[in-house]
Formats: sequence, structure tokens, C-alpha cells
Amino acid sequence: MFLDYLGGGVEVSSRAREHKEHILARLREFGLTIYEQLDRGEFPRVRIRSRTTSNIIYDPRLRQFVLGDQTITRSAANVRQVRSLTQLVWVAFFAYKSMLANQPTTLRDLYYNSEAFGIKFKSQQESNEIVADLETILGVPREDFMIFPEERSAVFGDLTIEYTTPDPDYYGKRVNLASHPDGMMIGPSLLSAEFVECNADKVIAIETGGLFTRFIAEKVHKTFNAILVHTAGQAPRATRRFLRRLNVELGLPVYILTDADVWGMHIAMVIISGSANAAHLTELTTPDAKWLGVWATDITKYKLPTEPMTSEDLNRLMLLQRDPRYQDPFWAREINEFLKIKKKAEQQSFSRYGLSYIVKRYLPDKLRELST
Amino acid sequence: MENALDACETHGILPDVHVRLQSEGRSNVYRIRVEDNGCGVPKEYIASAFGRVLFGSKYILRQTRGTFGLGGKMAILYGQITTHSPVKILTSTGGPTKYFCELMIDIQHNKPILRRGGIKVLPNPTYWHGTVIEFTFEGDYSRAKPRILEYFRQTAIILPYANISFIDPDGVLYKFERVTTEMPKPPQEVRPHPHGVDVELLKRLIRRTRAKTLVEFISNNFHRVGRRTALKFLRFARMDPYKDPRSLKPDEIVRIVSAMRKFNDFLPPDASCLSPIGPKLLEKGIMKELQPEFVVAVQRKPSAYAGHPFIVEAAIAYGSNISSPKSGEINLYRYANKIPLLYDAHSDVAMKVIKSIKWSRYKIDLSMPIAFFVHIVSTKVPYKTVGKEFIADRPEIAYEIEWALKTCARKLRTYLTKKERKAAIRRKINILERYLPKLAEFATELAGKPQPPDVSRLFRGWRRSE
Repeated sequence: MFLDYLGGGVEVSSRAREHKEHILARLREFGLTIYEQLDRGEFPRVRIRSRTTSNIIYDPRLRQFVLGDQTITRSAANVRQVRSLTQLVWVAFFAYKSMLANQPTTLRDLYYNSEAFGIKFKSQQESNEIVADLETILGVPREDFMIFPEERSAVFGDLTIEYTTPDPDYYGKRVNLASHPDGMMIGPSLLSAEFVECNADKVIAIETGGLFTRFIAEKVHKTFNAILVHTAGQAPRATRRFLRRLNVELGLPVYILTDADVWGMHIAMVIISGSANAAHLTELTTPDAKWLGVWATDITKYKLPTEPMTSEDLNRLMLLQRDPRYQDPFWAREINEFLKIKKKAEQQSFSRYGLSYIVKRYLPDKLRELST
Repeated sequence: MENALDACETHGILPDVHVRLQSEGRSNVYRIRVEDNGCGVPKEYIASAFGRVLFGSKYILRQTRGTFGLGGKMAILYGQITTHSPVKILTSTGGPTKYFCELMIDIQHNKPILRRGGIKVLPNPTYWHGTVIEFTFEGDYSRAKPRILEYFRQTAIILPYANISFIDPDGVLYKFERVTTEMPKPPQEVRPHPHGVDVELLKRLIRRTRAKTLVEFISNNFHRVGRRTALKFLRFARMDPYKDPRSLKPDEIVRIVSAMRKFNDFLPPDASCLSPIGPKLLEKGIMKELQPEFVVAVQRKPSAYAGHPFIVEAAIAYGSNISSPKSGEINLYRYANKIPLLYDAHSDVAMKVIKSIKWSRYKIDLSMPIAFFVHIVSTKVPYKTVGKEFIADRPEIAYEIEWALKTCARKLRTYLTKKERKAAIRRKINILERYLPKLAEFATELAGKPQPPDVSRLFRGWRRSE
């Protein structure tokens, strides 16, 4: 399948450049509002949509969490806020410089860089919060201003991409994501790349590295004509965005395979409906993605070896039971089942039926079940 | 020393008092010399003034340091008993002559014995006035030293208009110089108030009076009592107003005294007989000796207990050279009629009042570097013990002390709040000075402007309000 709606390489890169120019302009504009307030002899202030729990609302139409109308003000006239406002302006400045220099950085880089500018953060937690402030102001995820998280996940499958990164060694270069048997890291270059050609018809996201590697070895990408994505536990934002792009741009259905416990279930949910932490951002969710398994009901159905749930597991289940994202009958049923059996199972537990059972029996069964 | 100070103040003379204590070579025997520039003693009174205990019984009242006319002579007597030597006196009232004598007290007959030919008359070409007395006594200076120095220092606090010096047996000179020439108005003499009269005093007054009738006697001899009040009182006491006071029988005298205490229509005593030092001088004295960061003193309006007028003055000093008290203790300086009280602070009414006040309401915590000062002036200070070291808790006095201290505390709170606010502004400016230039720098770079705006003008106004 050729993606002719995107046209050739020139247009691809100009679209990416436009987006980048737009963000640079937004950053300049942000600096200018601060500058002008100072120039008028005013203490600069910035209004930011509040990310407190009370302002995080579930939007059933978007099928994700969004921010409500509450705002907070950061004012330089307030001694408790002038520090974080300065940090915010610095983060914007730092992002601006990184983007101009085409230098992707990480949250950790940013944290360590701050000291050289005389900006002090108490911890990386604090600098991460300020980055989230800037995301809220600009309405785009930090990856768009070239700040990436540390953790990386991987993708493997028959998808050809074209780099739009300005590095001349890569710019315009095409690569097939099945060309490396360990999978390709989902990083800034892959995220900003354009999809050129895709021969898969579905995406399977897998929680654990062990199963991801085995799926490649078992040629699942071929037998199921799938792109395989390793989420490495809770999927990082870059991965969630990448999954969304696969779903939206290529029209591929996304299936998520996790452990049969509350944590695995929630990995799927965050890919589908997003997290409260990212309520200030859109375009990170894949509302049409499906949790393939392993379900609570699968534990009984496939007679999987189990472990008893811990009290932590049970508390988490009880908490999620009240969560608006879990009110749908399917999710409610699974939570009730977990609470009933008080047992959990790992993806690997299918090994009791032999190493290829999961590929030969479970996967086809489940895919059939979900597509009907 | 206290007599010396009285001799000056009563006559409005700025006191210069010099004390010298010397070791006599023999163990524990010291020679003390006290010199003042007071009014001096007229020749005819010298022998009695220094040689007869309880000389000069008072028919009139005013605030003085010693109340019994006893303290100075007790000291002389103590010297005589321990070292059996006479006291030497040199005195002049500022005329062309001065007088010198040596005397001892005949303890059995309470009579002065002049030695070596009585009082010598000497020329006084400089018209010096004052008194010098010198005598020996037994004591232990090294043990008493801290108390003695504390006595001088506390005296200097309450007398910022006095020059006081003390040379101790080791030859060290302690000098407390006056910082002001302002002096409190000397106390006026007044007649006793009927509420404070006892049988002894009434008998003495009757013996002395020339009045022919009771009503005349009462309206002439008591503080703020006129003919009308006297008549009303006598009706209350069921006494014949025209009876001759000298014909009163002992039981009638007792009846009058107890009626005087019960009768409520006497005017309260006025305070003209009192000489408080006033908030300004008290603050000066505290500043001079203790150098606190902040001091405030107040004077209460005159009040009375049992017919004795009194005034309470109080001060609170805070910070700088005032140190925090040891845990559980309180820096309390107590004075009665300008005498520092050094002993038994814990039993004093002022201490009880301090412990009862809720200091947190005044942003005060007793562990802060704070010193309290309480000064009571009265024609009769209600000491609890013969040692005259601490004051009994009369409710009237406790009430005045409480409000005096609370008024000071309120002013200290205002000061602390202002100071806190200033510190907060300072802190705010510090923070803004640290962040605003950076904020401006990054915003300017982002906006692509050449020059960051001047941020210091944002808080220039606050600086001024500091």
C-alpha cells in the first residue's frame, strides 16, 4: 500500500517544517508577552490552564481526559511564583534554542542544563512540571519542542519511513522498520518521520520485551501481517503518539497485549484513553485501539497458571472501578472478574501449553473475537 | 547610698554619688566611703540623723527610698557591731562652713555618742554641699561582688540622670555616667490618707494637733479631707464632731481607725507625693545600660491600695544586647521607689503577673531576648517581708502591673510586626533581584529584542518604604 495522499518527500518535509515554524513562532510570542509586560513596567504574569485533579475532566466525546476551565496565574509579583515563572521562561528559551539548533534533548538533559543558566530546580520532578506547564501553554507535547523522555520503546514491522530530521546524513533517507531484527527504537527521528509505505494491516502493541522478541522470532509480523510495538511497560508518550499516528494516518487497527493484571489492563487503557497526567494534551490517545488480552476472563477460560493478587493490586482495582474510563460494560466486567478471582497471570503463562501456543492458538482466537 | 540619692532628688539636685570600698588589711574588714552632692545635714540634726534609730518620725508622707528611716543607720550599726569603730561624717548644706564628726550609737539608749570633742566646724570656701560618710564593717566582698555590681547597674538604669561611681577593693572603677540632665519632679509632702491610718499614727497626730474639735482635727490632718467630708465621716463613725480629740479614749481611737477603713466617701489619694521617673527617663536608663534593640516604657495613672497612693511604671526591652533567658527563667528587673530589688524575684507579684499573661497574643514568647522592668512608687510599698525584697500581690498593684506590661507588649508587637514586614519586603526584593533579571534576559532573547527592559524600577518604590 502506497501512501500517495502525502505526496513526495519535498511536501513531507515542508509540512514538518511548517509545524516546527509554528511552534517556534509560539515560543517567540510567549517571550514577547513577557517582554512587553516588563517593558510597560508591569510584573509579568502568565495564565495557565490548571492541571489540578479538580480540573481534569473526562470528555466522553474525545474519549480522553481533558482540562476544564480553571486557570492559574503565575505572577512575578508573587515571591512564591517568580521562581517558577522564571523557570518557565527559561524552559521556553531552552526549547527554542534546542529547536533552532535541531538538537533533541531529554527531560534529564534539561534538568542538568538548568544550572549553567543560574536556574535552580529542586529536583527533576520540578523541572518536569515546568515542562508540562509549557506543554499546557503551547498545547503541544514536549516532543514537539524536542524534549524527549529517557525511556525508549521499539517497533518492528513492514513499514517504510522517510526521515525529516534536518541532519543531512539522514534527511530524506528511507528505511524499512523490519530491517533490524531487534526492532527500531521509537525516538525523535522516528516520531518526526513520514510514513511512506506500509504493508501491514494491523498493529500489535506488547507490554513485555520477552514476548516482543519472541513474536519477531516467530514471524508474527508476517503471519498476522502486523506491525509490532514494544511498549516497555507503561507506554511512553512518544510511543503513544506513534501508535496514534499508525492508527490515524495509516488506518491500522491497534491491539494491545498485556499481562492479565490491573497494571497491564491500565497500560492498554492509557494507550486508548490517555492519562490524567497528559490531560492538557490531545493527539496522544488512540480511542479505537483494543485491549486484546490477557483479560481476567481469559484466566479462567484458558486455565492459566496464576498468582494471588496483592493488596496493592486489589486497591488499584477498587480505585479504577470508580474511574470514568472504566465505566464501559466491557471494562466493568473485567474489573469485576479480577475482583472475583483475586488472581493474576502473566503473558508468559501461556508457556504451559508450549512456546508457540500463544501465537498459534491464543492470538488468532482473540483477533477473531475482537473483529466480530 | 539610698539616703544619699534621696538627699539629692528631694532637693532637685542632679545626683553625683561616689562609693569606695577598701580592704582594711585584716581579713574580711572593709572600709566604705559614700559621698554625695546632696543637700547636706544641718549641724543640729547631724548627731540624730546618723546616730539615732527611727529618727524623724513622719507626720507627713512622701515617697522616699527608705520608709522606716532605718536603712542607713542599720548599716552604720552593723559596722559598729562587727568592727567596733565609729562612723566619720563630713557634711555641709552649702554655707560657708562644713562639719565633721565621729560618732557611735549607744544601742541601749538609742542615743548618739559624739567622739573627740563633738562636731568640728571647718571652713567651706567652695560652698560645697553634700555628705561624706565613712565606716568599717565586716563582710565578704568576693562573695557579694556580683550582687553589688548588679545593684549599681540596676540603680544606674533607673537613674539615668545620676553620676554613680564605685571603686571596689581590687581598685577597679565602675562608672555609670548620666545621659540626661532631666530629673523627675521631686515628691510633694502630703498628709496621710484616712484609709491608710493605723492606731499608732492617729495617736501621734492627736498628740501633736492644736485642733479643739474632732471635725477640725480630721479636716486638718488628712489627705483630701475637707470639713464636709469630715462631718459626714464622723456621723458614719457615730462620733461627736465637737468633741476634743485629746479626750478620746483608746477604744474610741480604735473605733475611728476602723471606721476610716470602712468609710467609702473619702476621695482617693492623689499622687503628688509620688515621684515616678517617667517613661522617657526609664527608656533612657535601659538604653544606656543594656543597649537593647527596642525599648518601650509606660507609666500607669496613679492608683491606691488601702489609702496608699502608688504608680506602676513598666518597660519591656527587646533584642540586641538583651540575651535570651535561660530556659524557664525570666529577665525581670524590679524596682520599688527607685531601689532595685535583687532577691526573691520568683515570689514577687510582678513575676506572677508575667507568668499569667498570654504572651502569644503579643507575638511574644518568653524564650525571646526580652527583659521586663517593673517599678512601683508608693508612700508605702507593700513588701511581703521585713527584708524588703519582694512585693506582695495586692490585687490593685497586680492589676496595674498587668496593664502596664500589656501596654508595653502591644507596642513591642507593633514594632515586631513592622520589623517583620520590613524583613518580608527585604526578602521579597532579594528574591526579585535574583529572578527578575534572568526572567527579563530569557524573555528578551525569545522575543528577539536587543536590550532587556529595566526590571529594577518594578520594586524601586518598595525600597523607599523600607
